Amino acid sequence: MTLSDVQSGLAAQGYVADDRLAMALHLAQSLGRPLLLEGPAGVGKTEVAKALAAWRAARLIRLQCYEGLDASHAIYEWNYQRQLLAIRASEAQGGTSEAQLFSDEYLLKRPLLEAISAEEPPVLLIDEIDRADEEFEAFLLEILSDFQITIPELGTIRARARPIVILTANGTRDLSDALRRRCLYSYLDYPSRETEMAILRARMPEVEAALARQIIGVVQALRKEDLEKTPGIAEMLDWAAALSGLGVNDLAKSREEVQATLVCLLKTAADYDAAPPEVMDRLIGKVA
Amino acid sequence: MQVTRFPSRAQGLADRMSGFIGHLRMNGMRVGPQETGDALAALGAVQATDVAQARQALCTLLAGDADDWRRFDELFDAYWFNAGKQRRGLAQDTHVRVQSAKPMIWQGEGPETGDAGTDQTTTPGAGDGEAEGMDGQLIATRTANLSRRDLRELMDEAALKEAEATATAIARAIRDRRSRRRKQALRGPALDMRRIQRASLARGGEPMDLYRRARPPRPMRIVALCDVSGSMTVYSRVFLAFLKGLIGSGTEADAYLFHTRLMRVTDALRDHDTLRAAGRLSLMAEGFGGGTDISGSLESFLTGYGARALNGRTVVVILSDGYCSSDPQALGAVLARIRRKTRRIVWLNPLKGWQDYQPIAAAMQEALPHLDAHLPANTLAALAALEPEFRKL
Repeated sequence: MTLSDVQSGLAAQGYVADDRLAMALHLAQSLGRPLLLEGPAGVGKTEVAKALAAWRAARLIRLQCYEGLDASHAIYEWNYQRQLLAIRASEAQGGTSEAQLFSDEYLLKRPLLEAISAEEPPVLLIDEIDRADEEFEAFLLEILSDFQITIPELGTIRARARPIVILTANGTRDLSDALRRRCLYSYLDYPSRETEMAILRARMPEVEAALARQIIGVVQALRKEDLEKTPGIAEMLDWAAALSGLGVNDLAKSREEVQATLVCLLKTAADYDAAPPEVMDRLIGKVA
Repeated sequence: MQVTRFPSRAQGLADRMSGFIGHLRMNGMRVGPQETGDALAALGAVQATDVAQARQALCTLLAGDADDWRRFDELFDAYWFNAGKQRRGLAQDTHVRVQSAKPMIWQGEGPETGDAGTDQTTTPGAGDGEAEGMDGQLIATRTANLSRRDLRELMDEAALKEAEATATAIARAIRDRRSRRRKQALRGPALDMRRIQRASLARGGEPMDLYRRARPPRPMRIVALCDVSGSMTVYSRVFLAFLKGLIGSGTEADAYLFHTRLMRVTDALRDHDTLRAAGRLSLMAEGFGGGTDISGSLESFLTGYGARALNGRTVVVILSDGYCSSDPQALGAVLARIRRKTRRIVWLNPLKGWQDYQPIAAAMQEALPHLDAHLPANTLAALAALEPEFRKL
């Protein structure tokens, strides 16, 4: 597999990856290392994993992190109810061996264990790792460096097929050095004009070229404005879908629709105040 | 003058790669011997003869965070293309001038050709004390590493103890909050009649088991942002000790330093070894004693850490004199936004302790409407005296 394979493979899934991201994904696969993606919200960090899974025809296993996430929700848990039932049932038949109770049968696999024990290499997406506590990062270290999980009652489970691991972070908290050292790193920024154009073309081929150019122009200019929540790629695609759904062909000629569909781009009241019709007029005037 | 040592002794790719890793380490990236091997493996996985691919592969592998990511190109060029700044060392005259330090396979690439080295006479920063003894090493970034200042000289054990006591007292005054609602608890002043009623069914209607309710504690969190710019140098000693005390006081607290940019120092301050903590802090406070950009720093705090650090139970404490080089209106706006996410904002101003002080600095004028309290603090004693004020918040 070469670098251009990665790019064309992702492009076939409608994901436009720039050179650096493609390189990161290529290395993550050829070196078998986890990949840490950082960047602002809405630049397609999570989408990478989805596109990668679709391209490799692999299963996507997703672990959404949150504050208070612990091992029993992320790695494994014993099925206590079944164990209790088994004890009662075997008491009735006379005698049970406790070795049976702690076997695979009574193990509930959570995403991480599932990824490790899959037969075909899956894509493991650990989403928004910075939302989890620092203690949870420590759980991850064994998995990320050696691809194995130690369960006290069963022993160490090694990965049958090395999963492709992708971690995403928004930078709300500093990640530990230990975690960073085990990962490849890539920073995703808002896309350049050309890249964003390519993304819009790949996702919505039905939008006309002239309108697409205007949409990208306005969104790019809007990102330079002082906003609380800068619109990402997902917002741009929503807006394009809304505009084309309303049958708009030229932003300058359908101002009411533009103002009405701004709900797709601006997500706080303060941002609405920051982009009144006059500002939008100016932005549209520049790109028209 | 583009002089460097490695070509004369480098034995091949592995040797030069370890030189590159050393170069990155010297420029503040956290990489070690293991990364050298990994880097060679990574080059094996891509077309290493293509400089763009090699650059991207190494960047992906070796960068650890967004900062490293942005400066990697500069560091890469500095080492492989000799585009860095040479610090004049003692042994400089004995060095050969290197015309083709660039690897042979990349001869056609890169921003500079071989002769660019001769006409770039770099002037080492005047009064640059660090330059002595660092012979023939390349420093890619001009500003980093230069203006670090050792905070250890600013802290001694006795002052730290005192600061810790003060901080603990203040933290306690802020922290001690209880919920207004009662929840079930093992022990508590009130009976939980609903559960007693329900449990009495099992006893034939006799309320035998008594359940209780109590008001659970809802501790306040403290986020402290400390200005370490030039105008605050005199007070930094007090405030840094105070921050150390605050972090060590067992409260949920977060500490940040800012001058023209913001850095989080909570983890550095949490170090049990006090002097080592101070050492780590001084590494982070590069640029310590320069200009101030209060609104920019608060802005980056709000967009970065703020999402997690701020909630309705947070008290934000800003330690600054309010002299800033950025737009004062922006300060008002960003404080208003922080205001919406927190319980209280307190501004501790060392200048307010002066006689006849009027908050006439433009930034202070803008900030005042958004503050819950604007209090004087220039010594530890003054800070200790603030405890009753904090209790009122």
